[in-house]
Amino acid sequence: MATAYQDRKIPVAPLNAGDAPFFEGAAAGKLMVKYCNDCKQYHHYPRPMCPFCYSTHTEWRQARGTGVVYSFSISRATGPIPYAIAYVTLDEGPTIMTNIVETDLDTIQCGQKVTVVFKPTEDPKLAVPMFKPA
Amino acid sequence: MSIKGKAYIGGIYEHPSRKIDNKSIAELHTECAKGALDDAGLTFKDVDAYFCSGDVPGLGALSMPDYMGLTVKRQDSTNTGGSSYLFHVGHAAEAIAAGKCKVVLITCAGFGRRGTAVRERGGPDAPFEYPYGPVTVNLYAMAARRHMHEYGTTSEQLAWVKVSASHHAQHNPHAFLKKVVTVEDVLNSPMIADPLHRMDCCVVTDSGGAVLVVAPEIARQLKTPRVKLIGQGESSKGQMGGHVDLTYTGAVRSGPVAFAEAGVTPADIKYASIYDSFTITVVETIEDLGFCKKGEGGKFVSDGNLISGVGKLPFNTDGGGMCNNHPVNRGGITKIIEAVRQLRGEAHPKVQVKNCDIALAHGTGGSLGTRHSSATMIMERE
Ligand SMILES: [Zn+2]
Repeated sequence: MATAYQDRKIPVAPLNAGDAPFFEGAAAGKLMVKYCNDCKQYHHYPRPMCPFCYSTHTEWRQARGTGVVYSFSISRATGPIPYAIAYVTLDEGPTIMTNIVETDLDTIQCGQKVTVVFKPTEDPKLAVPMFKPA
Repeated sequence: MSIKGKAYIGGIYEHPSRKIDNKSIAELHTECAKGALDDAGLTFKDVDAYFCSGDVPGLGALSMPDYMGLTVKRQDSTNTGGSSYLFHVGHAAEAIAAGKCKVVLITCAGFGRRGTAVRERGGPDAPFEYPYGPVTVNLYAMAARRHMHEYGTTSEQLAWVKVSASHHAQHNPHAFLKKVVTVEDVLNSPMIADPLHRMDCCVVTDSGGAVLVVAPEIARQLKTPRVKLIGQGESSKGQMGGHVDLTYTGAVRSGPVAFAEAGVTPADIKYASIYDSFTITVVETIEDLGFCKKGEGGKFVSDGNLISGVGKLPFNTDGGGMCNNHPVNRGGITKIIEAVRQLRGEAHPKVQVKNCDIALAHGTGGSLGTRHSSATMIMERE
């Protein structure tokens, strides 16, 4: 079986104050993740306060854009076209929700190495990171 | 202070309908309330506390007492999704133990089939998830996929959850799906979101239910067999700042609290209502509550081990969310109700567990794939 990847219209939810660097960074070709200067850990989704040590000394950093698939599912009957929702564990540490793209969806596996790509959304100023096989 | 023995389940009611037209949500809640009060032999005048969740119209715990003509001195609208009602029972017992009220009415009702289920939107996480197309089934599917990857759990094993529920549902005249299905039927049903098939998913129904939690002195006056709450625990679990682990649930925290309070162990449980939004929900929960070792849930649920009269852990003898009822996409209230039926000896004779003296009910709300709530309650026949 093969399930060809197809581009999908990507919706965006209303952003909260402080969220924009993730999406504007993606539009500029950068994967931006929040880093804590006190406990030296990355977290995701991004918050002003580190959820591990409760420090507010957090900042956006550019991640390398490489990681491994933690888990995934091919949605076959929940939308007009099949798509692969996934969690990818970044080399920097955090596991983030994403899509796996630009590959035969039936070949995706847990533990597979992947690399970031950026996909436009319905808002021309905002993009989102997704991942394809490395 | 413990709630052990401080409160009883005095009345229960599950609405018999699964598809409903021409009723309002408030009307359906009220029918369920009346059903539980009739069961107990009480009236609306006896109710002095009202608890509800996000399925109520308007300002829930404010609007519904006004609609039903209740005079209440305790209200709670804890909304943790489908598990809410198991949270409510614990909170009700605490309020009763503190002397704040004596008769707590809990209702759940709505029209899942109209697609009017309450959806939690606009959380701080939403912008980072919504673009990726998360829906309930593909999020649970990611939990199932990871459980398979780490522990070798198979689709055949997951299917046994549905198969077992269907064996029970055949005896429930109100069940939405009454047909007994096989492992092959589940595997041959359409793939919705890999690895979950259509038959790995619960039903969607218009229905509801109600539960009355009452003080010991009230319970002693009622006509219903006495079912005592002896333990309750609750928790929630999320993505942990990016330390995502989809292989376990908040039951690892709610279960031990409930068991410790009750002073019993999993081996003492004669019947368990386990929240079954999806087959994987049951497998992970059974492991986390300690009915088997972590990772062995797939093996545990196989070969009829959950079927009443056949296996070691009779579960969801009403047919569960898999086959019977999942009112307004919130199955918690039906989990409490069937456990109480078992303790009273009022389950269908074909599925009634012999000498059912201690039972457990567990609720899961939200999504195992992102963030969810867990509540465990343990009850004893007196
Ligand atoms: Zn920190």
